[in-house]
Amino acid sequence: MSQIDLKIGTAAMPVTDSAVSVRNVSKSYGQVEALRDLSLEFPRGQLTSLLGPSGCGKTTLLKIIAGLLPASSGTIEVGGKSVVGPGPDRAFVLQDFALLPWASVIRNVAFGLELRGVSRSEREAKAEKYIREVGLAGFEKSFPHELSGGMRQRVGLARALSVDAQVLLLDEPFSAVDEQTRRKFQEDLIALVQNENKTFIFVTHSIEEAVYVSDQIAILLPRPSRVHEIIRPSISRAQGLGSIRRDPEYLDIVDEIWASLRSYVE
Amino acid sequence: MTIHGYKLPMMSSLLVWGLLWEIVGQLDLTFFVPPLSEVLVTLFGLVQTPAFLRALSTTAYAFWVGVISAIVIGIPVGILMGKSRLLDELLLPWVNIFLSAPLTALVPVLMVLFGFGTKTIIITTALFAVWIIILNARAGVRNINRSLVEMSRSFGASPLDAFFKIYFWAALPEILGGVRIGVIRAVKGVIIGQLLISIVGFGALFELYSSNFLMAEFWAVLIVLFALAFTLSEFLAFLERKVAYYAASR
Repeated sequence: MSQIDLKIGTAAMPVTDSAVSVRNVSKSYGQVEALRDLSLEFPRGQLTSLLGPSGCGKTTLLKIIAGLLPASSGTIEVGGKSVVGPGPDRAFVLQDFALLPWASVIRNVAFGLELRGVSRSEREAKAEKYIREVGLAGFEKSFPHELSGGMRQRVGLARALSVDAQVLLLDEPFSAVDEQTRRKFQEDLIALVQNENKTFIFVTHSIEEAVYVSDQIAILLPRPSRVHEIIRPSISRAQGLGSIRRDPEYLDIVDEIWASLRSYVE
Repeated sequence: MTIHGYKLPMMSSLLVWGLLWEIVGQLDLTFFVPPLSEVLVTLFGLVQTPAFLRALSTTAYAFWVGVISAIVIGIPVGILMGKSRLLDELLLPWVNIFLSAPLTALVPVLMVLFGFGTKTIIITTALFAVWIIILNARAGVRNINRSLVEMSRSFGASPLDAFFKIYFWAALPEILGGVRIGVIRAVKGVIIGQLLISIVGFGALFELYSSNFLMAEFWAVLIVLFALAFTLSEFLAFLERKVAYYAASR
């Protein structure tokens, strides 16, 4: 299966090393082929979106990278090491937040560190730092059911940040929050990518969202799932985030992606 | 409930029924129902007698050992059944059979197996309580949000971590519900045991008073037993309400 590596825009592929390499990965559930011979590189320190119609295997791929699902064949390397299961080099942000409803915000944020055996005082100090960073200072003692959807996802994000993993895996993290919160999240995510020097892998089904936040977009197509196209938007963020959505290149890429996806959407 | 703007205290309906009991008793319609006031006077005299205190401690011992064994066995078995398909297939039919079986009919078998002593009474008590505890813990685990399990795995939780930090807490509302019903069933179990296996404890008192037509004493012991079971069940219901805040949002 050949892969088309189409570059759009003027930017040439920058010379960066990969934080995550997916090589010839296939995954089947019995007779059903979820992924076939999929290869993809995720440049270090950048945000790569996995975009595609539903059923294109993007969440499956993310879970294989997370080590939650075994691949049927092929290899995944994170930081040069082969993935055999979940590891401290990756942190996961789930679509439905997956917070412990019986635990306060601070314990939820510190939960990843708690599982790693970090002492209470140390992990709570770290959790407090990231609670402040995601803008939830003052809610440390609150419980998830007292927070709005957007705030809950901020807790999920702080939990993933606090374990200080090199790779952050985000599974449609903003799909369960309202549109305005979502926009704020997208802006915060861009800032986060710039400040944190981590590699982000971001699953979404929103074309606009992918083009807005991504350094690289991998378009996946279903039946059998494969990488159709890799796009590296070179939209300048220098004039502020507000101008991205008015940039002609932003609009062109959105149109182009829709043109290639529309025949796969029922 | 409010009547004419006055908020009635909880369980005020008991006053109405108590009054009715008193009237029926005073009318002297049947020896079976002495006036409530007489029963209460008997009760306060009775609870100070060594015979009553001995019965209470015998019953309490068998009851607590039975209930605690049922909890200690039931909760892990239920959680494991909820987690493991194989274990579930193996055990579920038995749990369902014993849950609905008339366990009283099994007591003679237990007597043959374990003798006529306290041990058999404890086993009977545990058998009355354990099945619903298992089923509820299982239901709690099966309702768990899969993404909580995925989250804990992705952050490197060991199976033991997952058991104590995710499964147990996620199933806690159901577990407490199961324990509450189990405890109520255990009260039945311990009295049946004390009536059928060896006539000791409260069972012996019931036997003694009813066969001698000492109805005031009989009712007094029954009221004590009701009150104890009710208090225990209300305490567990209180614990259940304490975790209810997250039961809806799991």
